[in-house]
Amino acid sequence: MAMKRTKGDIVFDTINIFIMLILIVITIYPLLHVVFASVSDANLLQRHRGLLLHPYGFDLSAFKSVFDNPMISIGYMNTIVYLVVGTAINVILTTFGAYALSRRNLLLGKYIMFGIVFTMLFSGGMIPTYLLVKDLGLINSRWALMIPNAMSAWNLVIMRTSFRAVSPSLEESAKIDGANDFTILFRIFIPLSLPVLSVMILFYGVGHWNSWFSAMLYIRNRDLYPLQLVLREILLISTSDMTTTAAAGDNKANIGETIKYATIVAATVPILCVYPFLQKYFVKGVMVGAIKE
Amino acid sequence: MAAVFVKKGGKNNRFTKGLMKNIFIRDIVKNKYIYIMLVPVGAYYVIFHYMPMYGAQIAFRNYAPLKGIWGSQWVGLQYFKEFFSSYYFTRLLRNTLLINFYDILFGFPAPVIMAILINELRGTTFRRMVQTITYLPHFISLVVVCGLLTDFLAHGGVINNIAALFGGSTSSILLEPKAFRAVYVGSEIWQSMGWNSIIYLSALMGIPSELYEAARMDGAGRLREIWSITLPGILPTVVIMLIMRVGKIMTVGAEKIILLYNPSTYETADVISSFVYRKGILEAGYSYSTAVGLFNSIISFVLVYTVNRISNKLTDSGLW
Repeated sequence: MAMKRTKGDIVFDTINIFIMLILIVITIYPLLHVVFASVSDANLLQRHRGLLLHPYGFDLSAFKSVFDNPMISIGYMNTIVYLVVGTAINVILTTFGAYALSRRNLLLGKYIMFGIVFTMLFSGGMIPTYLLVKDLGLINSRWALMIPNAMSAWNLVIMRTSFRAVSPSLEESAKIDGANDFTILFRIFIPLSLPVLSVMILFYGVGHWNSWFSAMLYIRNRDLYPLQLVLREILLISTSDMTTTAAAGDNKANIGETIKYATIVAATVPILCVYPFLQKYFVKGVMVGAIKE
Repeated sequence: MAAVFVKKGGKNNRFTKGLMKNIFIRDIVKNKYIYIMLVPVGAYYVIFHYMPMYGAQIAFRNYAPLKGIWGSQWVGLQYFKEFFSSYYFTRLLRNTLLINFYDILFGFPAPVIMAILINELRGTTFRRMVQTITYLPHFISLVVVCGLLTDFLAHGGVINNIAALFGGSTSSILLEPKAFRAVYVGSEIWQSMGWNSIIYLSALMGIPSELYEAARMDGAGRLREIWSITLPGILPTVVIMLIMRVGKIMTVGAEKIILLYNPSTYETADVISSFVYRKGILEAGYSYSTAVGLFNSIISFVLVYTVNRISNKLTDSGLW
C-alpha cells in the first residue's frame, strides 16, 4: 500500500503499540518474577518488597532441593507415563471413532453421532462418575487417569470433519485395489490429516500434562501422583505450614519460598520449551475447531 | 441404505424385523473393520458417559454404597427439596451466576478488543511477538496459575504490596471475600484473553482488504475503519460466541475454585460444582450432592439448548 500515513495514523499506531507493550509486560512479568525469584538468594529475597526486576543474589540451591525432593521426580515420571499412554489412547480412539463415523453409509451413524455429541451437553455429573470409577475398581489405579477421559467428543467431531473432507475417490480406488478399512485409514486418511492429528496429539498431551483434578478425585496413593498434584501440595496446601515455620524465625522458611518458585520453573519449563515451536499448530487447531460442518 | 425401504410396524412386522436383522448382519460382515473401530469408542461412551447418567438416579434414592443403586431406598425429591430450602441454594446460585456475569462483562469483550488491536498492528514481527506472548498463559497449568496468584496475593506478595501502596490492606487478598470474584475473573482474563482472541483474529482475516482501501479513499481514519468495517465484520462471530457464553452461565468449573477458595471466602467463592465436590467427595454425601449436580446439569442443558436454537435462528449458525 502506497498510502501515506496520516497524523491520525501515527497517533493511533503509537497508542496501540503502547497498549500492546503494557499487555506484554502484564503477561510476562509474573513468569519473569518466578524465574528471578527461583535463582535469588533466599534471605535477600525475603527482605525485598514489591516488583522483582532482576534476581537478588544468585543461588541455585533451591533447584537442588527441588530435584532432591523424591515427590518431584515421582510426579515427573508419573506424568510422563500418563501423558504418553494417555495421549496414545486418546488419539487412537479419536481416530477410530472419527473414521467410523465419517462413513456416510454407517448404519445408524446419525444416532451414534447424536449420542456422542449429547455427552458434551449433558453429563451424569461428578459424583456418579466418581462412584462408577470406584465400582470399576479404578481408584488408586493409573488407569483412572487415562480411561475415564479416553477421548473428547469435541476432538472427535473435529477429526471427523477433517476425514470427511478427504476426497472419496481416493478411498474408492483403494477399495478397488482390495484395501480394507484399516489400510485406508492408516495409508490415506491419517497421512492426509496430519495437521489435525498433530493438533490432537498436542491438545491431549497438554491436557495430560496440566491435569490434576481427576488425580485428586481418584488417586490416594502418593506414589501415583502426577506432577501437578505434587505441585498443588507444594504451592497451595503447604502455604500455612510455611508461614508457621516463618513465624518461628527459621531460615529454612526463606528457602522454602525460593523452592516454591524453583518448583514452578521445573514444572513449567517443558511446556515453555515446546510452546514456541508448536504455537502455529495450536493456532491451527483452534481454527479447525471453529469450522462447522 | 436399504433401510429406507423398510416400513415400520404394520402387518409385516415380523418380516421387517427379520429383514432389519439381516441388513444389520450383512453390514457387520461387510464392514467388519468399521465395527472393530467403533466398538471401543461406543463402549467408552456407554460406560463412562451413559452409565453415570444412569447412575445419577441416586439423586432420588438414599444411596448406600453397599446396597448399590437398585438396592438403595427410593426417596423421590427429598434431596432436591433439602437443597432448595437450604441456605446454600441461594448462595451457590448467586455465586455461580455472579462469577459468570462478571466474566461475561469483563472477560468476554477483552479478547475481542485484543483481536482488533492486534489486527491493527502494522509490523509483522511485533505482531507475532504479541501473539506468541499473549497465547502463552493458556498453556500454563491451572495449579501453577493459582499457585502464583496465591503467592502474589499473600501478605508480602507482589500484588499485595502494590495494593498496599494505594492504601489497601496488607492481609492476604485471598482471605478477602469481597475480592474473590475480581481475582477469579482477572486471572481468567490474564490466562485466556490472548488465546480466545484467535477465533476473532481468524474472523478478521476474512474481511476483504478492499473495504479498508475504499474507506481510506473516502478519508476514513483508523477508528472510523474499526467502527464501520472491522466491528461489523466480526459481529456475527462475536454474537455466536456471546450467545454460547451466555449458555454456560450456570457453569463454573470446580477446579479453579477449589484451588483458590478457602473457608473464609466460601461466602462469595463457593459455586455449585465446588459444593458438589465438597459434599460428595469429601463428605461422602453422595445422593445429596448428586441431586445438586443433577439440578445444575439439567439447567445448563436447557440453557445451552435454548441458546443454540436462538443462535441458529439469529445467525444461522450454532453448535449443531
